[in-house]
Amino acid sequence: MAVTVSPERDTVATPIQRALKEGFYAGAISLGLFVLFIGLKTGQNMSNELVVTTRWGLLAAVVIATAVGRFLYVAYGQPFMASQKITNVATGLLPASVASRFFQLPWFVAAVVVALLLFVFNSSLAGWVGAEPAGYLQFLRALAIIYVLACVIYYFRAFIHANFTRLGITALVLYPILVVAVLSLNAWSITGGLQGSLKWVDNFGIQILIYVMLAWGLNIVVGLAGLLDLGYVAFYALGAYAYALLATQYGLSFWILLPAAGAMAALWGVLLGFPVLRLRGDYLAIVTLAFGEIIRLVLINWREVTNGSAGISGIPKVSFFGLMSFNVSDPNYIAKVLGIAQSGAYYKIFLYYLILGLCLLTAFVTIRLRRLPVGRAWEALREDEIACRSLGINTTTTKLTAFATGAMFGGFAGSFFAARQGFVSPESFVFLESAIILAIVVLGGMGSLVGIAVAAMVMIGGTEALRELDFLKEIFGPDFTPELYRMLLFGMAMVIVMLWKPRGFVGSREPTAFLKERRAVSGSFTKEGHG
Amino acid sequence: MNANSIQKANPGMNDAILQVQHLSMKFGGLVAIGDLSFAAKRGEITALIGPNGAGKTTVFNCITGFYKPSEGMITLNRNDGSSFLLERLPNHEIPARAKVARTFQNIRLFSGMTLLENLLVAQHNKLMKASGYTILGLFGFSGYRKASAESIELARHWLEKADLIDRADDPAGDLPYGAQRRLEIARAMCTGPELLCLDEPAAGLNPKESAALNELLIDIKNTSGASILLIEHDMSVVMQISDHVVVLEYGRKISDGSPQSVRTDPRVIAAYLGVDDEEVETVLTEVGDEDVIEQLDIGPDAAHGPGTSSSYLAGPVSDTVGHSEGERVTVSKGASKAAQVDAKANLPRKPSERATAKSTGKASTAKPRGGRK
Ligand SMILES: Nc1ncnc2c1ncn2[C@@H]1O[C@H](COP(=O)(O)OP(=O)(O)OP(=O)(O)O)[C@@H](O)[C@H]1O
Ligand SMILES: [Mg+2]
Repeated sequence: MAVTVSPERDTVATPIQRALKEGFYAGAISLGLFVLFIGLKTGQNMSNELVVTTRWGLLAAVVIATAVGRFLYVAYGQPFMASQKITNVATGLLPASVASRFFQLPWFVAAVVVALLLFVFNSSLAGWVGAEPAGYLQFLRALAIIYVLACVIYYFRAFIHANFTRLGITALVLYPILVVAVLSLNAWSITGGLQGSLKWVDNFGIQILIYVMLAWGLNIVVGLAGLLDLGYVAFYALGAYAYALLATQYGLSFWILLPAAGAMAALWGVLLGFPVLRLRGDYLAIVTLAFGEIIRLVLINWREVTNGSAGISGIPKVSFFGLMSFNVSDPNYIAKVLGIAQSGAYYKIFLYYLILGLCLLTAFVTIRLRRLPVGRAWEALREDEIACRSLGINTTTTKLTAFATGAMFGGFAGSFFAARQGFVSPESFVFLESAIILAIVVLGGMGSLVGIAVAAMVMIGGTEALRELDFLKEIFGPDFTPELYRMLLFGMAMVIVMLWKPRGFVGSREPTAFLKERRAVSGSFTKEGHG
Repeated sequence: MNANSIQKANPGMNDAILQVQHLSMKFGGLVAIGDLSFAAKRGEITALIGPNGAGKTTVFNCITGFYKPSEGMITLNRNDGSSFLLERLPNHEIPARAKVARTFQNIRLFSGMTLLENLLVAQHNKLMKASGYTILGLFGFSGYRKASAESIELARHWLEKADLIDRADDPAGDLPYGAQRRLEIARAMCTGPELLCLDEPAAGLNPKESAALNELLIDIKNTSGASILLIEHDMSVVMQISDHVVVLEYGRKISDGSPQSVRTDPRVIAAYLGVDDEEVETVLTEVGDEDVIEQLDIGPDAAHGPGTSSSYLAGPVSDTVGHSEGERVTVSKGASKAAQVDAKANLPRKPSERATAKSTGKASTAKPRGGRK
């Protein structure tokens, strides 16, 4: 019996046809999604009445952008990506990668020239072309610089990959010096450079490093021991308040209180651990979440001690090991001792190196602990708790040490935070902080120090960088504040990274011992832990 | 074989590394183990066999402290003369102090860690002490470095024994099934046990792997000084390597002795064959001569027959057993056949009394397990 095949079945839709269809669907879906979100806006008028403003233009722009984007992706993006995977019939080679075609010498030279020219004529640009185009030219300059840097990184990628840790630490150590040097050259004065460096050292450097340290501390609990802790910020708060209270009430120095705050947080880690560690997985997560909230509520309500939501201010600054101080009024103020110009930047640079040192301490201890039996037991606990018990490992004390160690680093970070801020209040220790720290750990790849550091840099640095995107005001109007879109971008970045790398930036695991060669363990074998 | 029977008659106290006395384990109404007593001798391989759901794994879980037994006493006599009551030790102290190591029926490896790391985790307690409970180790104390090097040597030793040395730096989860089984045994051995409890080590192995496993176990028995307690369904493994076999059915011991005596025990055969009530007698006359039956009348009494709950909890699993004549018979399990054999064996030959005995047999059988057609 002959099989008749209908002719429609045979014709495969061309990419363009398919793209038109999919683009249309995407537009329809986004119209449905956004018609209320974007198309209508409610507000108040002068007499406090509710008014509805319609924004059909904006809605149309979004819908068209979605449809066109989907069309382009299906029509050109997908066939292009597919062709990348097909070898050339004649040569048997895969086509040159997109990256190698994107980063080419002529383009590199052009970008360098553009960036340099725009730098040199920066001040006179506005006069020549007007204020608005000058803004765009500055944007172009930023793009050129990014392209040049990307080229350099691409060219040296093998070297960078091989020496990532060493290069990273060197870059971190040199960072404030470079910032001050570049800004001094730019402003042609050292004091100007110091002044300008405040933002870069404080908002980017110190801020990121605090999160790196917190995430590395939480990594011990979540990444190594596999205990999902949603209340980590409680230990951060304990450290901060321990320093704030003891320093303001008893005038003790930072260098005594730093270990004290760490010990205090560790003690609370153990106290929390005892009742909680028999719980596993989701239950543990919920109880730690509650613990974080309890600490915050105690801080708010125990007014006699913590001064409630008003917080504690006037927390003394850290001194340079008691030798020099950073208070202008003190006789041993650093500028007086060293005979240099007064500047607030010294303190920030000192704090930068302090938190960098604390971070490196955390990393050092974590790396060491991983190679000690206790660290191996943490990881074994994450892999299989029952097997651990069958091997004679006391899982309770092992979990407690993980909790206490993680809490201790949280306490260190907290006391540093209090010293840097000069002010603490319960508002700094909300659940969102716990969530962000956990997100950094997950995004970086649980257990991997390098991955977590990169994730902290991307996440915290990225949100800070949003403050710098002033040119967006030119596009979206003067009342556009990019910082408000921080969480949106944070969420989008997480979704994208999780789709692209489900195990985080660094999904593989370094073995702690080896017989012949150290080979990374693929993330598909490691477990996340159940509690 | 002679020595075996003597031991059975009079189990020497220090000769036995493990003594289980009147052990019972109840899960709610379900009696998983009922009044079980047996001993495992030092330096021997003792096999614990029985149909699915007989309670073998439960016995292991009681010995290794994962379950607290409802009743009974489990004594472990270490080689140095000290003894421990295992049911009183906390879970993790049983491997650490009483030196009992175990493997699991469903393999439990640290799959994201390398083979070497798996074996190093097993030496946790020793290394923990050497690292001064982490403090000294953190500062790179030399004593710890020496201990660490020694532990790697021990790991290498067991990796070689288990024929896994080539894959020492691969993640454990990447190994084929048979190798994972061997690794789990090597890991247990790295704790330096005196009693090694293996839960179905040959399950899922091909004949070649199974033979390699036999060799490994014999080697452990001969060279490491560890005694072995073994759960196994693969009768070829049991018969080849074990010195002593204990048979469970419905949580009760139905036979105990040398492999030879156990394989001809009608109760065991009935338990595994799951014959119909009418056939019990046939089996009895086929395989058991009068002497064997008389010798082994230590089975459960009728009052301790399996409860209904245990009957229907067991699944309709088929077992393949090596028959005494060497042929293999695939059968479906029935409810306690051993009890029926007992009832029949003690029958007087008068037909009227036979009828009553038959009905007792049925009563103790309660409900036949699902799957029997
Ligand atoms: N934790 C538990 N809770 C309730 N019942 C249990 C528990 N553990 C075991 N049992 C029951 O005890 C009985 C014996 O189970 P066990 O796992 O010891 O059998 P087994 O002899 O190891 O069987 P198999 O050969 O299939 O491994 C079964 O009926 C089982 O359902
Ligand atoms: Mg079992």
